[in-house]
Amino acid sequence: MSVDTETGRRATAAPPSGDVPPAIELRGISKAFGSVQANKDIDILVARGTIHGIIGENGAGKSTLMSILYGFYKADKGEIFIGGKLTTIPDSQSAIRAGIGMVFQHFKLVQNFTVLENVILGAEEGRLLAPSLAKARKVLAELAAEYELDVDPDALVQDLSVGLQQRVEILKALYRHADILILDEPTGVLTPDEADHLFRILQGLKDQGKTIVMITHKLREIMEITDNVSVMRRGTMVATVKTAETSPEDLAELMVGRKVLMHVPKGPANPGKVVLEVENLAVRDEHKVERLRGISLQIRAGEILGIAGVAGNGQSELLAVLGGFANGTGKIRVNGVELDLTGRHSDGQSRRAQGIAHVPEDRQSLGLIMDFTAWENMAFGYHNAPEYQKNWLLMDNDALRADTDKKMATYDIRPPIATLAAKNFSGGNQQKIVVAREMERNPDLLLIGQPTRGVDIGAIEFIHKQIIALRDAGKAILLVSVELDEIMSIADRIAVMFDGRIMGERDPATTNERELGLLMAGMGEASAAPTKGAA
Amino acid sequence: MMDRLPRWADVVLVPLISLLLAAGISALTLLAIGASPMEALTTMVTGALGTPYAWGYTLYYTTSFIFTGLSVIVAFHAGLFNIGGEGQAQLGGLGVALVCLAVPWPHWTLALPAAMLGAALFGAAWAAIPAYLQVRRGSHIVITTIMFNYIGAALIVYMLVNVLRPKGQMDPASAHFPPGSNLPTLHELPGFSLIFTKQVPANVTLFIALLACWLVWVLLWRTRMGYQIRAFGKSDKAARYAGISPFKVTMVAMLISGALAGLMSINNVMGESERLLQNSSEGAGFIGIAVALMGRNHPFGVFLAALLFGFLYQGGAEIGLWTSIPIELRIVVQGLVILFTGALDQMVRMMLGLVFRPRKAEAA
Amino acid sequence: MDYATLLQILDSTLRLGTPLLLACLAGLFSERSGIFDIGLEGKMLMAAMCSGAVAALSGSVWIGLLAGIAGSMMFAVVHGLASITFRGNQLISGVALNFVASGITVLVAQDLFHQGGRTPALTGNARFNAIDLPFAESLRGVPVLGPFYAEVVSGHSALVYVALLAVPVTWWLLYRTRFGLRLRAVGENPASVDTAGVSVVRLRYAAVGIAGLLCGLAGAYMATGLQAGFGREMTAGRGYIALAALIFAKWRPWQALYATMLFGFLQALALRPDVIENIFGFAVPIPLLDALPYILTVVVLAGFVGKAIPPRAGGEPYVKER
Repeated sequence: MSVDTETGRRATAAPPSGDVPPAIELRGISKAFGSVQANKDIDILVARGTIHGIIGENGAGKSTLMSILYGFYKADKGEIFIGGKLTTIPDSQSAIRAGIGMVFQHFKLVQNFTVLENVILGAEEGRLLAPSLAKARKVLAELAAEYELDVDPDALVQDLSVGLQQRVEILKALYRHADILILDEPTGVLTPDEADHLFRILQGLKDQGKTIVMITHKLREIMEITDNVSVMRRGTMVATVKTAETSPEDLAELMVGRKVLMHVPKGPANPGKVVLEVENLAVRDEHKVERLRGISLQIRAGEILGIAGVAGNGQSELLAVLGGFANGTGKIRVNGVELDLTGRHSDGQSRRAQGIAHVPEDRQSLGLIMDFTAWENMAFGYHNAPEYQKNWLLMDNDALRADTDKKMATYDIRPPIATLAAKNFSGGNQQKIVVAREMERNPDLLLIGQPTRGVDIGAIEFIHKQIIALRDAGKAILLVSVELDEIMSIADRIAVMFDGRIMGERDPATTNERELGLLMAGMGEASAAPTKGAA
Repeated sequence: MMDRLPRWADVVLVPLISLLLAAGISALTLLAIGASPMEALTTMVTGALGTPYAWGYTLYYTTSFIFTGLSVIVAFHAGLFNIGGEGQAQLGGLGVALVCLAVPWPHWTLALPAAMLGAALFGAAWAAIPAYLQVRRGSHIVITTIMFNYIGAALIVYMLVNVLRPKGQMDPASAHFPPGSNLPTLHELPGFSLIFTKQVPANVTLFIALLACWLVWVLLWRTRMGYQIRAFGKSDKAARYAGISPFKVTMVAMLISGALAGLMSINNVMGESERLLQNSSEGAGFIGIAVALMGRNHPFGVFLAALLFGFLYQGGAEIGLWTSIPIELRIVVQGLVILFTGALDQMVRMMLGLVFRPRKAEAA
Repeated sequence: MDYATLLQILDSTLRLGTPLLLACLAGLFSERSGIFDIGLEGKMLMAAMCSGAVAALSGSVWIGLLAGIAGSMMFAVVHGLASITFRGNQLISGVALNFVASGITVLVAQDLFHQGGRTPALTGNARFNAIDLPFAESLRGVPVLGPFYAEVVSGHSALVYVALLAVPVTWWLLYRTRFGLRLRAVGENPASVDTAGVSVVRLRYAAVGIAGLLCGLAGAYMATGLQAGFGREMTAGRGYIALAALIFAKWRPWQALYATMLFGFLQALALRPDVIENIFGFAVPIPLLDALPYILTVVVLAGFVGKAIPPRAGGEPYVKER
């Protein structure tokens, strides 16, 4: 048995007969989606009766790996051992049979079913429901007593809080006799209290001999409850260490990696008057969950404020409110003029009229109409612009095409064919279309989200240069990115967001990735205060 | 594999194959009931295309189908499935009748614009309520437009029986429109009368329909509104980012869609029957769905598909007249075309994909 | 209105409500599994023709009934292929099948009987005849309830009682069995069923099949119970009224019974303008009665009276997400 010596107690000792085999062992797992290698030759060993954390940035391949384990995907290569036995897992049913339970990030619950009904779904005893329900009621009561997993079995799931819904998912897995429980970002949707409760439950499960694999990007949680932790980066397994023998700092470094900073030629900023002022901005999503919890920030003309943070901590909501397609409470002023945040008197159009341009985080679902041609997309959001109108009724498509040709040349968009549909351009060139469209409006404030996600190196450099040129032209820029390199190399100030709040602000010249990584993981409040004083 | 078809194949071959499949199954049906598909086809071709007189009927149907087809595509482009063309067309007919009966029109050139306005307004109004309910109350527009077809039909019956029916008349129909509002048929138009030597139902509305094709094209691909309709239809999420109002787009698209369906009544109510009858649209509202699917959501495609269905309808009528095959054959073909182009399109694409794949492999 | 007239109207209500009820339950199964079914009308029509024709040819209503079910099932399978296997547009598939049914029924009936697309009038064993329930006559003397039992409850064809029985059976299947639990789940959140290791496709086909069966019963009742033979377009929009009733009932079986009987009552009233005038003192326009089911449904759909929330996954083909 090939064993990673760093893995843990049981792994280091070559398993002699009679010893407990590891709960999970993966060998050489690889999986590609098209040209993207999501998992590269992954080995991992999870000891029975432990809580094993898997951390990594977004897109590191954690969820793909676990989906392979749960039979959602088939690995291109590699072997899976469950309890020491070579196991093939072609579908979820096999995973369940092998004793694996999974709590997805997005729950797979039927909203208008009761808890009991959800628990027995697919694991019924016979054709009639009554015996199954009776049995489940009994089992649930036992589980509740044993693991602090109390949920009213007759409550409708839609009436339960997110934390309770998660408990239902755990109950579902336990009801199916899961010995191994995989949780994908389990605390992403929980309040701190709920998260604490979850940890107690997990601890209890572990004490009963269950094995728990927890995928997360939150260092604090890893430190708090895991026994071992594996770090993934860009589809590879970087390291597996004992939690007790590591530190958040080390993990942050492993997670982010020491990437060579790309050199972006950039002079010092010349901040002018305040362009954007945000005061105490709060946003709730359609489920009334608070996604922004009182954000305040300022951006001056001629400077770039970078927002760092792991995806899903409120950055998208911030951009959406500023861009005019989500509502919030609080105050936002641009050039001293207050923006409407209710959506009653504002939309994407009014924002543009107020001098805000927006390169959205997701160019494919927001920034472009993929079936539209490049020239049609060049007017997207600016379809009312006077220079694109022939008269009161007709658009001046010729002018728009000429304008597109010009921008395609300036921004080196390839192929330079204005009549090609957006979906037929590469990711980088799609992004350049959006960037060209938004930057050439000469806005006072540019919102730019994940400007280089899925963009090739050449285009990255180009886009970065454009952003800095726009700054030097005296514009205010709000840059949101999950790429720390990017933020560190082009932002003039860095604010880190976590859980709908700004954890702190740093000067890119004096901070480092480790410090930012801690803030991103929600561990920075204590250290945030002094720097603020210094700044 | 399914999405890898060349564009021309998707635009041309998919509807063509669908049509062939529909024709094939219809032929099998005919064989099964002991009729001859060849006889049916010849009867259809002579009866619908063989003489100018036949064309006069085919084009009459084509005119109606152009309007209802356009109605469906305008809504489709906004991502809305307007199944209510039937009701909107009948309400349009009511608008035409009210206008035509309101004053003793001196000449059709005066009556026509007024009647068009009436038809468009009534048709639009009947589409406006489902549109509003969809965008403000979240009611599914497909279901509400179906319901409005039936409510509309009932309303027409009421109007005909209780309001519009002249005293002493038995059948539920309005009075005949004043002669001054009668539209000239192709036979009565200078120049065209040389070709159409006999009285035919096709009338000046044909030209309005052709104009409407062009106008819809202009609307969708040349105006700001059309731009917003198409963008919203492709991605309502992205449309919100761009500041395109879902309310405005939904309402405008459905109003235009309803107006187009309503305008169909100029052809049949004002141009042909010259009074309002029960069920005036005779299913043309539904044929619009087939026409739109077949025409690949493009006004020019709608024109071609409307011609095809005009042929099918006139040909079907001829079959009903001259052979033992019932006229309902055309409804079967219509249904099959809708089925293959609208619901089994993935199957058709997969079939085509099988044809295209080997060739690609050779090339590679 | 006297009691006798009321009983007459209630009697027609039950007769007219039965096909609505069967079709409504058919739609209930299909839509509860997440497959929209606009094609109730077409399936009923197909079943009516098949059962009418085969009953006329064979002289046996039971063979006719089987043929009706088979005809309806055929359409159900096509709908399943289009909406489950090929993930096509469920609404368009339903609309298309309605047209095919509308045409092909006349084609076949005309070919078989040459009576203008009708089947010959059915008599004797080729029809479902009225069944007198036990004690109907002897209990007639009991005040109020006796005549009600004898006039309204008793004296219908077997399929009426089958339809009424189908309500509790549907309720039981839906809420008391494993199949029902999974069926409801697959219409709400197919991913929940899929991750539990149960086949989404198989469940949905089962539901569409049951819908085919029930529409088959509805259509057969039209041609061999309610009327004596098939006539072109004889369903006359009943499939759509059933759809309206389904929404009105908010996709629940007992409510489906109430809704269809309400709509059946409206149809029965529309046949007796004299009665309406007596009650209201003025003539309520018959078209208003005809339109009332649809108007009520729109009001419900718009959320003015409670909220009609369709099964959440309705109309969406299931694609396994990443």
